[in-house]
Amino acid sequence: MNLGPHADFIVAAYAVTVFVVAGLVAWVVLDYAAQRRILGDLEERGITRRAQRKGGQ
Amino acid sequence: MAAIYLANPSRFLTLVNRVLPWLAAITIALFAIGLVRTLHAPDDYQQGATVKIMFIHVPAAWLSMMGWGVMSVAALGTLVWRHPLADVAGKAAAPVGAAFTFICLVTGSLWGRPTWGTYWVWDARLTSVLVMFLLYLGVLALYWTAEDPGRGSRAAAVLTLVGAVNIPIIKFSVDWWNTLHQPASILRMGGNAIDPSILWPLLIMAAAFTLLFFTLHLGAMRNEILRRRVRSMRIMQAQEARA
Repeated sequence: MNLGPHADFIVAAYAVTVFVVAGLVAWVVLDYAAQRRILGDLEERGITRRAQRKGGQ
Repeated sequence: MAAIYLANPSRFLTLVNRVLPWLAAITIALFAIGLVRTLHAPDDYQQGATVKIMFIHVPAAWLSMMGWGVMSVAALGTLVWRHPLADVAGKAAAPVGAAFTFICLVTGSLWGRPTWGTYWVWDARLTSVLVMFLLYLGVLALYWTAEDPGRGSRAAAVLTLVGAVNIPIIKFSVDWWNTLHQPASILRMGGNAIDPSILWPLLIMAAAFTLLFFTLHLGAMRNEILRRRVRSMRIMQAQEARA
């Protein structure tokens, strides 16, 4: 595929987009893992939410 | 009714856990189709191959405005209806919307250099989008730096509603003022002005980006709900330790 004389601009635009989207995906995935780990640690230490104590969800 | 049903964060989390893998799979499939169609799309008769930047720039521009729209509805939910998930939705949408606005600005700049001869010009369209990006950063600062999360959320909701004034300015800036940016080519009176060989890849990429937005938004909402649970558990832990 020939991107012509302005190939650098096209490649740079797609590279920036991939970089930013990958960053967003990594942020969501890693943050989820971190929150799950912290919640697990707290529950292991016997700390529960009020809703759980009342038998709710 | 759905708004009342989903007011329970646990119910919302159950729904998100069920929906998110499917949404992610459809997003990846749409991107695969869209990128293949983009690769095979013909060059523009004036701009040549640089038209390929349009397939990421235009969806990012649409989503930057849609992100603010989602935040505006969430802001109303926070300030007027006090829906428990509204604030979560607003806070989760802000970084995603800011990222798409950043993509829009950078790809637009990289497209502008070969087509206009300049990376940047202070015209109405470009400046109003830059203002929206700065507003996104302002909202994020309010969410992330407020000592009292409740006050930070209300301040962010007010700023979001004030910033919503900028959306019609962005949309109609190319009609109201003399700008370097081209006028609307798809959503305009008299129908779209793009050949189907370029329009279809653009629409598929726009659908893929839109689903990506909602996938990331739902994922970020789930994280925010878990973060709030952690916060409330730590507060309870501190109260128990004091007692």
